[in-house]
Amino acid sequence: MHVIFSLLAVIVLIAIAYAGVAGAGMTYLFGVVIPYAAVITFFLGLILKVLKWGRSAVPFNIPTTCGQQKSLPWIKPNSVDNPTSTGGVLARMFFEVLTMRSLFRNTKLDYRVAHGQPVIRQGSEKFLWLFAILFHYSFLVVLLWHLRFFMEPVPKLVGVIEALDGFFEFGLPQLLLSGVILVAMAGALLDRRLRMPNIRYISLTSDYFPLFLIMGIGITGILMRYLLRVDITAIKELTMSLAVMKPVIPQAPIDPLFYAHIFLVSVLFAYFPFSKLMHMPGVFMSPTRNLTTNSREVRHVNPWNYPVKTHTYDEYEEDFRDLMIEAGLPVEHNPAEEAAAAEGGGEAAEAEPEAPEEKKE
Amino acid sequence: MYNAGKIITGLVIFVVIFTLPLWWQVGKAAPPAPKPELPKTAKVCVEDTAYMRTSHMQLLNDWRNAVVRDQDRVYVGKDGKKYSMSLTNDCMACHNDKKKFCDQCHNYLAVAPYCWDCHLTPEQVKESK
Ligand code: HEC
Ligand code: HEC
Ligand code: HEC
Repeated sequence: MHVIFSLLAVIVLIAIAYAGVAGAGMTYLFGVVIPYAAVITFFLGLILKVLKWGRSAVPFNIPTTCGQQKSLPWIKPNSVDNPTSTGGVLARMFFEVLTMRSLFRNTKLDYRVAHGQPVIRQGSEKFLWLFAILFHYSFLVVLLWHLRFFMEPVPKLVGVIEALDGFFEFGLPQLLLSGVILVAMAGALLDRRLRMPNIRYISLTSDYFPLFLIMGIGITGILMRYLLRVDITAIKELTMSLAVMKPVIPQAPIDPLFYAHIFLVSVLFAYFPFSKLMHMPGVFMSPTRNLTTNSREVRHVNPWNYPVKTHTYDEYEEDFRDLMIEAGLPVEHNPAEEAAAAEGGGEAAEAEPEAPEEKKE
Repeated sequence: MYNAGKIITGLVIFVVIFTLPLWWQVGKAAPPAPKPELPKTAKVCVEDTAYMRTSHMQLLNDWRNAVVRDQDRVYVGKDGKKYSMSLTNDCMACHNDKKKFCDQCHNYLAVAPYCWDCHLTPEQVKESK
């Protein structure tokens, strides 16, 4: 259900763009209005959500630790995987974001029958990490390469990326590896979701839809570049006019396929702040990663704590002592008895605790 | 808000990076669309103009494969006209100024075909004579 619904949603989106442009000629809507609206939604939505996250307290010191904490001087601490300093946290975040270390530790429960005996093991499972890191880096390369449509003159970096990306000089226009890897890895991640029963069981529309959406963007892009060629010069006229905020639809006709591509991208942008893709800012905000593991060095007070009104037993006795003595109830302090004991100079007074410690706080 | 300083710094960095094309070019007019100088000696290209604008590199690839792999040097255009498949001797015979034609569009999109590592531009042909 989730799978089919997500796939259909993406197909319908493509159909909408096709119908809107090829059928109704609404190039301005799909080429200018929707992209601008989507980008505004992206920035506003993302910023508001991050600010909202910032308002929620982090009541506990909950970093996940993956190494020895700093303790006694002769025990070697792992200062990156169990950071006790800000520098350590920065190093940890750096590797987390750029190399996805926590995903690298992904494990899988493995059940099999060996020598007639059932064996359950916890084994390492690196494919998720491999697919994910290739997916993210190829996405980054594709994104940076697209700067060629939004800047004039095009930054040198784009030329370098294109040269590396088209390293094999295969075909004309040159095959860029990033696009192929991007779609292939999105496919591999989808395949993983569909084929592993436990992962499939917990997968929802909000997991499938972004995958299909990104695959849709990749496939329309690949079609435009290698198969159904579009007028890229005219497209840059349009995208440049968007970048300098003076939008015009160029004279030369642009294929509806381009509008389908940019419509899917717009949907991705607009959907972003409301989706799981918010793990992009989220990774920086997750307390299990960005806190120092100084739970033994520093006292952490729950910021939600508010001054609680208390009435201790001592205060209670103070209020009712006379009545209690009158009624013959035992009391901690009996001024009359204490005075008598003081006169007797006996050891009893010494043994009497002054203020029972447990009662405090 | 907790850690307001850090969060807001992070958001500012994010916005600045992600809006690079906007603030980099703020207030500028959209750069003029490239105007490749069309040949005066001919009226039509090998194929339709629209096709040439979108797919000339695929045509060149087909030509290259036909010549180098199949020794086939004759291309029949849409109106039955025959062309000798050659980058320098055909395309560049009509489009005889690379800078004013091919490079116009290519610079606009930062495309740098490596063809000219080996193939000669019309200027180089003139020089070598
Ligand atoms: C109307 C603008 C325009 C003109 C004129 C033009 N090109 Fe291109 N050309 C392009 C665009 C745009 C691309 C990039 C296509 C892409 O990236 O998908 C390109 C790509 C190419 C490529 C493939 C480069 C690669 O590495 O992928 C070759 C080869 C090429 N052009 C040759 C020529 C030659 C030769 C001429 C002159 C006779 C010429 N072009 C004139 C717009 C133009
Ligand atoms: C017979 C001369 C001739 C030859 C050979 C020729 N062209 Fe053209 N080409 C033209 C003419 C004339 C035009 C303008 C057509 C028009 O205005 O409709 C043109 C237009 C183009 C355009 C579109 C430019 C624009 O912005 O409208 C491109 C790209 C192009 N040619 C590339 C090539 C390439 C690549 C080759 C070699 C495969 C080639 N041409 C061979 C004459 C030629
Ligand atoms: C390593 C050098 C080299 C590079 C780079 C190169 N070619 Fe060639 N090309 C050749 C050689 C050699 C031939 C064979 C010439 C012949 O037999 O006439 C040839 C032939 C061709 C031909 C047919 C013959 C002719 O006269 O043009 C075309 C078309 C062609 N190349 C297009 C391209 C294009 C387009 C590019 C860039 C994407 C390119 N070539 C890059 C070396 C190169």
